[in-house]
Amino acid sequence: MSLTFLIVQTLNGLQLGVLLFLIAAGLTLVFGVMDFINLAHGVQYMLGAYFAVTFYSLTGNFLLALLLALAATLVFGTVLEFLIFRHLYGRDHLDHVIATFGIILFLNSAVKIVWGAAPLSLPIPEVLSGSVLLMDGLLYPVWRLVIIGSGLAVAVLLYVFVNHTRIGMLVRAGSTHAPMVAALGVNIGRLFTLVFGFGAMLAGFAGVMIAPILSVEPGMGDTILILAFVVIVIGGVGSIRGAFIAALLIGLVDTLGRSFAVDILRLVMAPSPARTVGPALASMLIYLLMAVVLYLRPTGLFPARGR
Amino acid sequence: MTPATAAVAAPGTQSFRLGIIIPALIFALLAVLPAAALATAHDYLLDLFTRVMIFSVAACALDLLLGYAALVTFGQAAFVGLGAYAVGILASHGIGDALIALPAALAVAGLFAFVTGIVCLRTKGVYFIMITLAFGQMTFFTASALAPYGGDDGLTIASRSTIAGLRLLDSPLSFYYVALACLLVTFLFCRMLVVSRFGRVLRGAKENPVRMTTLGYAVYRFQLAAYVVAGMISGLAGFLLANATEFVSPAYMSWQRSGELIIMVLLGGMGTLYGAIVGTAAYLLTEEWLSGVTEHWKVIFGPALVLIVVFARGGLIGAVGAVAESARRWRGD
Repeated sequence: MSLTFLIVQTLNGLQLGVLLFLIAAGLTLVFGVMDFINLAHGVQYMLGAYFAVTFYSLTGNFLLALLLALAATLVFGTVLEFLIFRHLYGRDHLDHVIATFGIILFLNSAVKIVWGAAPLSLPIPEVLSGSVLLMDGLLYPVWRLVIIGSGLAVAVLLYVFVNHTRIGMLVRAGSTHAPMVAALGVNIGRLFTLVFGFGAMLAGFAGVMIAPILSVEPGMGDTILILAFVVIVIGGVGSIRGAFIAALLIGLVDTLGRSFAVDILRLVMAPSPARTVGPALASMLIYLLMAVVLYLRPTGLFPARGR
Repeated sequence: MTPATAAVAAPGTQSFRLGIIIPALIFALLAVLPAAALATAHDYLLDLFTRVMIFSVAACALDLLLGYAALVTFGQAAFVGLGAYAVGILASHGIGDALIALPAALAVAGLFAFVTGIVCLRTKGVYFIMITLAFGQMTFFTASALAPYGGDDGLTIASRSTIAGLRLLDSPLSFYYVALACLLVTFLFCRMLVVSRFGRVLRGAKENPVRMTTLGYAVYRFQLAAYVVAGMISGLAGFLLANATEFVSPAYMSWQRSGELIIMVLLGGMGTLYGAIVGTAAYLLTEEWLSGVTEHWKVIFGPALVLIVVFARGGLIGAVGAVAESARRWRGD
């Protein structure tokens, strides 16, 4: 294993990490503020990608398609909250699971009807396509760097928004003392809708950004959703900071584990069993990590106060 | 009436009578169904209901956790898959007898439940849901990475398990009755469990874990035992499923499958055990029917689920109970 390969895989891990953060941020806010389990969050990621494909074919401009897709996921998330989810706050977690599972079934099928079952693709914008020479012998795709950069930028914006604005203050207060915030005259229902729509938009953003690299297909949100759950559980439900650190951790561990598991195992066992055990072990790695974290700290690394 | 049965529902009440009548009716119907299927030459009914009974076994196990212990687990399909893989892997090494495969399926599922339960049960609420989900995914991806045993594509089993060398599971009819026997044993065992002292501790912990702890019960151990039992019963369902399809695949362990199991339990009404059977039948028959109508049946089924959750809590059994209750009031007794 060479140094360049290690750097490339580290960058890939970072890219997966920021992508997970974009999805987990919305999920952990919805969890933290509304105590609501939203399995349908992964669907927003899928819809973001599909919307971007459609708007791109209509406008031919990636930036415009991105903005329109963001607006569409924001509207969609808000409508979903208004129509369905607000009736389920305060209910049993089991009800959340079933209702949002029903929404996943519906939307995954609906996407097949509207866009077809075949995978679609979204081209990388002309200016940002190609690769850049990071160091001797290390070419890296520009678009992946753009994903890392935009993810980090969103993280900074989110930090400022949550910690240094009035709405952010209400979100923080609402996540630990919702009835008190309501008693102080804040329209907590509207705050919930806002947080929900915003979280949906972040997931949609992740979907648009990843669409040029992955294929856009029905059910693409389901796998990433579970990873996002692992992230927020490790980070501590309701904590944006925890989600950020856990997302990068998961992204790096998963990517590096898959790249190097076989090589590392070959140090201690014969090549042929290593090739069999390696991939299996690599795919278990993040779940083992989660098990260890939860065994030591049952409420995650950075539990939000008050719960 | 013993005090133990009284703990489930007071004798003479609506739900107590339902608790005897409905299961008796279900099992009577299941016992005579093959005769009807063969008489009308609808042989596919036999396979369909074998499937219903297999998933009912898993649903009963899940109801034990959801309905009686308030442990919302989102990884139950993993245990079904482990049981199925035990059969598949043993068969691929030429060991195809149920006397070895079944204990192996139960042991693997039970062991996995024990090890993961130790970690999972330390967490509460949302964390518990998520960690069981994650362990379920872990088995899913591990099975997908098992290249020697088919990996993503799954593993075909050459023939159904023999029982002490006899090919008892080969004919659809005898397999049907074996599945029925497994379901009956599962149902009675779970029923016995929930009315026992063990079951009452679980239900007490569901209502108020702190109180049970101060009463001197090690709630964690009781929950762990329930988790292991439910895992093993799901392993039994996996054993049957692998034999029914003569095929195992990672898809058996997918989180969607776990979600479907939860829906089956909820659809019937949780905390009754027979509700799990009714719900499973309702789910699989609806699936069969709707998927015959349109390939996009989930477009109809998804919103139906949402409506059920928002408007009809308590599932089908709850609805039956509510109708019976209002009919009783209307008659004025």
